[in-house]
This record gives sequence, structure tokens and C-alpha cells, in this order.
Amino acid sequence: MISLLRKTIRFYVDGFRAMTLGRTLWMIILLKLFVLFGVLRLFFLPDPLAGRSPAQRAESVRENLLPEP
Amino acid sequence: MSSDYLQTVDWSRAQFAMTAVYHWLFVPLTLGLSVLIAIMETRYVRTGDAFWRRTTRFWMRLFGINFAIGIATGIILEFEFGTNWSNYSHFVGDIFGAPLAIEGIMAFFMESTFIAVMFFGWDRVSKRFHLAATWLTALGANLSAVWILVANSWMQYPVGCTFDLATVRNEMSSFREVACSPVAVNKIFHTVSSSFTLAALFVVGVSAWYLLRRREQRMARQSIALASLFGAVCALLTAVTGHRSGAIIARVQPMKLAAMEGLYRGGEGLPLTVVGLLRPAGGEENGDPFLFRIGVPRLLSFMSFNDPNAYVPGIDELIEGDSVRGMLPVAEKIARGRRVIDSLARYREALRTGDEAAKAGIEALFDPATAEGREFLREYYAYFGYGYLESPRDVVPDVPLLFYSFRVMVGAGMLFLLLLAVVWLCNRCGRLAGQRWLLRTAVWVVPLAWIASQAGWAVAEVGRQPWVVQDLMPVTVAASKIPSSSVSVTFFLFLALFTVLLAAEIGIMLRQISIGPEPEN
Repeated sequence: MISLLRKTIRFYVDGFRAMTLGRTLWMIILLKLFVLFGVLRLFFLPDPLAGRSPAQRAESVRENLLPEP
Repeated sequence: MSSDYLQTVDWSRAQFAMTAVYHWLFVPLTLGLSVLIAIMETRYVRTGDAFWRRTTRFWMRLFGINFAIGIATGIILEFEFGTNWSNYSHFVGDIFGAPLAIEGIMAFFMESTFIAVMFFGWDRVSKRFHLAATWLTALGANLSAVWILVANSWMQYPVGCTFDLATVRNEMSSFREVACSPVAVNKIFHTVSSSFTLAALFVVGVSAWYLLRRREQRMARQSIALASLFGAVCALLTAVTGHRSGAIIARVQPMKLAAMEGLYRGGEGLPLTVVGLLRPAGGEENGDPFLFRIGVPRLLSFMSFNDPNAYVPGIDELIEGDSVRGMLPVAEKIARGRRVIDSLARYREALRTGDEAAKAGIEALFDPATAEGREFLREYYAYFGYGYLESPRDVVPDVPLLFYSFRVMVGAGMLFLLLLAVVWLCNRCGRLAGQRWLLRTAVWVVPLAWIASQAGWAVAEVGRQPWVVQDLMPVTVAASKIPSSSVSVTFFLFLALFTVLLAAEIGIMLRQISIGPEPEN
């Protein structure tokens, strides 16, 4: 089991080391994920219903779907 | 509704459309190229010919660029569901969430696991294991697409669900009905086959460029032989499933079909317009909506109902209704939708006042277990979304956009089928290298493949308007109550991010094509 794990880690380490074009692509992927999750998601894309209980969510959506009483 | 809320709706729609358009630039190439690579590698494993290994590795490199730059672009769409479309996201509940969750798991576990073996595993794992990883990557990518398409199909044809009055959510009552609805099944085949065609055109176009430059002759010819045949078969399948789409839309979204055709007045044995120019005023004046048109007699009736003499309703009949043909007027649907809204309002009031008798009475209306409930759900709740419309004409989508998008999609699709068949034939006869006009055409047609693919989505999504969920929820109530300024800011942030990614994709891709495959040993 440990041998398999070691082989798997070795497989990925060697794979990443041997990359040429892949390095550029990984840089793009990491930068993009940082912008998506570290900037956009955190500061610009809050979920308006987050942190509410299911009943509160239902109440909020019901209010939004119905005209003022 | 406040003017700022309506601006939020408009900005949210623009943002979603822009994000989806950019996302879909990457996806179809991933879907199709993964399969073509797997076929090439299968040839390598079966023949042991190092040529196929080199060819596979070259196309795999281009696949890797597209995959790396396109990955996670779809996540923004899921962020937007939560932020900009929270009413919609809550209303559709687990029906939309379940396919997206399955997609996320499949995408993560299959693609992410096997793509590493695909790129790092050459000479590290056995040939057959590597080939299995390549096929599983292709399968994973396409299965991911399947679940997204299932979710989208439910928005076009909401089946297999019941409405829960207490939670204000649609709950899935039949996974089979959702996943195997005729709209979903046909959409999956149509979208996937058209994506395979796009990837085939990409391979043929790049290979044609090598032939024009007199470079990599063997790789280019063999790639063309494979991709042109694959693409022609897929283009034919796209046409067949497209015809089936027409028949399904005629039944479940007749307004979309009428708008696609610019058909204001329906009738029997109607022609399909092949080429036409719409009048700016449309057909709302009860005149001829076309400045000119060339049509194929009776083809629209045949396409819609497999009967050249069948009746196809136009926009006006769909609005006015026809009691003989069992079509309700939109005004009546609006009245029924408003009764559902009124029931929801009375339910809210009963919750506030603690009036248990009133609450139980309204709950009985929405209970599918009783005959009264089933009738109310069928006769009234089915038109819930209409209750938010101000005028019957609000149900008409953007006719010119649909009309022209449909013709771009179909016209380009026919061109692709013809081009791929001719390229395959010329290549088979050994005369392709001499047909430089054909090679140039193959190169220039590559961007058209993306335009046609986007036009197809415009038909599907613009044709669904004004609904976000057909008949149940219009876009005007689906958006979150957030300031429009926040959505407009993120619109431009996404636009900048995606434009940079697209520029990176094109730049890196062109450079790698220019470098070509790795040297032979």
C-alpha cells in the first residue's frame, strides 16, 4: 500500500518536473483559480440567501415572488 | 417592480449570456477532440506504429491547452446562479442542483484523475492502461456535458417535479423523467454530435494549414482522413437530431418554433423558409413579415409533425388561442397564473396570522395526492409564470435574433457536412494536396464552426424567453434583489477575465500549431 502511494506520488512529481508547455498552462490555471475563488467569489459574488435556514430562504423567496401585501 | 430591479435583471441576463458564450468557446473542442485523440491512440496501440503515437501526442498538446484555459470557466456560471439568480436557484431546488452536482463529481473524479495519466503516463504506464485513461478522460468530459444538458433541458421542458408550497421549491418526483425526457435525450445527442463536428473541423482545418505549408504531410493527411470521416458522420447525426429537435419544439415550445420561422400566421402545409429578410416592423401589423423569402414547400409542416400537410400555429394563434385545436389564449393563461400567485399570497397571509384552516385549504390545492390538487396543478400551476406577465405579447421572444441564428446554424451545418464529405473524398483519392482552394476553405471554416455552435445556443436560449423555466418562471422574477451596479461591475470583470483567457488560448494554440509535432525520434 505504501509502495503504491509512493509510486503514485513519484508519478505526479516526475510528471510535473518534466513539463514544458505545461508549466505555462499550470500558471494560467492557478492564476485563474485565484482570481475566481480568491477575488471574485470572496468580494464580488456573495450568495444573498447564504447563512439562512431553509425556512428563512423559503420566506425570502416567497416575499420576492409575491406582490407587496 | 422597481426600475433598479429591472436593470438588475437586464445586467444579470447580459452577464450570464456573456459568460456562457465564452465558456462554450472551450467546451465543444474539449468534447470532440478528446474522442478524436482516443481514436488516434487506439490506432497506435493496435498497430504499434510510432507515427500514431507522435500524431496523438501533437493533438493531445492542443487538447491540453484548450482544457487548461477552459477549465473552471463554467464555475462562474454556478456562482452567478447563487448571486444573481437566487430566486431561480431556490425555486428549481434539487432538480437543477442534482445534475450539476453529478456533473461536478464526474468532472472532478474522471477527468481530473485520468487526464494526469494521459499527460504524465507516456512510458510510465502500459500502453493499454494509457489508452484506457485517454478514453476515460473523453468519457468523463462528455458525461459532464450530459448532466449540464439534462439541467438545461429541464428549464425548457419542466417535467418530473412537484411544487412544494411550504418551501417554495420544485422537488424532483422522478429522476427518470428529468434525465430521460425527450428534450434532454435529443439535446444531448444534438449538442454532443455538433461538438464532435466542431472538433473534426478544427483538426481538418489545422491539418489543411500544414498541407498548404507543405509541412507534416503524413500527419496532416492521416488526421484529415480520420477527422473528416468522423466529422461527416457527426454532422449527419447533428442534422438528424436537429430535425428531431424541430419536432419536439413544435410540441413543447411552439412559440419558439413560430419565432424561429418568423411565422405570425399559422396554417396547414407550411413551407420552411431557407433564406429570408424580415421587415423591421415584423408581422405585428398583420402584413407579410418578410421583405423577401425563399422557402421549401410544406417542409415546416413535415419538420414539425412528420406530415407535409400538418397544421403549425403561428405567433398570433398562440397568443389568441384556438378552442378547436385546444390552444388556450395567453390572456387566459395569465388569469390562471394570477390565481396561483393569489393562492401563494393567501398562504403567506395564513402563515402570518396562524390561520390553520386557510393554510390547510391552500395546501390541499397544491397536493398532488388528491384529485383536487392534481387538477389545480394541471390547470393552474402549469401556467404559474404567466401570472407575472403584463401583456399577452410578452410571450413572444426576439423574432429576428431567433430567425437569423437558426439560419446561421442550419446553413453552416449543411456547409460542414458538404465540406467534410468532399475533403474526405478528395483525400481518399489522393487529390487533396492539389485542391488548394479546398484546403484554404477548410482553414477559414474553422471559426465558422464556433459561430454555428453559438448560434445554436442562441436559438435554444433566446427561444425560451421570456421564461427562465418554461411557463413556470419568467426571467423578470428569477433574479436576486441586489443592486444593479454590483452586477454591472462583475459583468466587466468577467469580460476582462474571459477576454484575457481567450487571447491566451488563441496565442498559445497558434504558437504550438506553428511549432508542430515533436521531432521524429
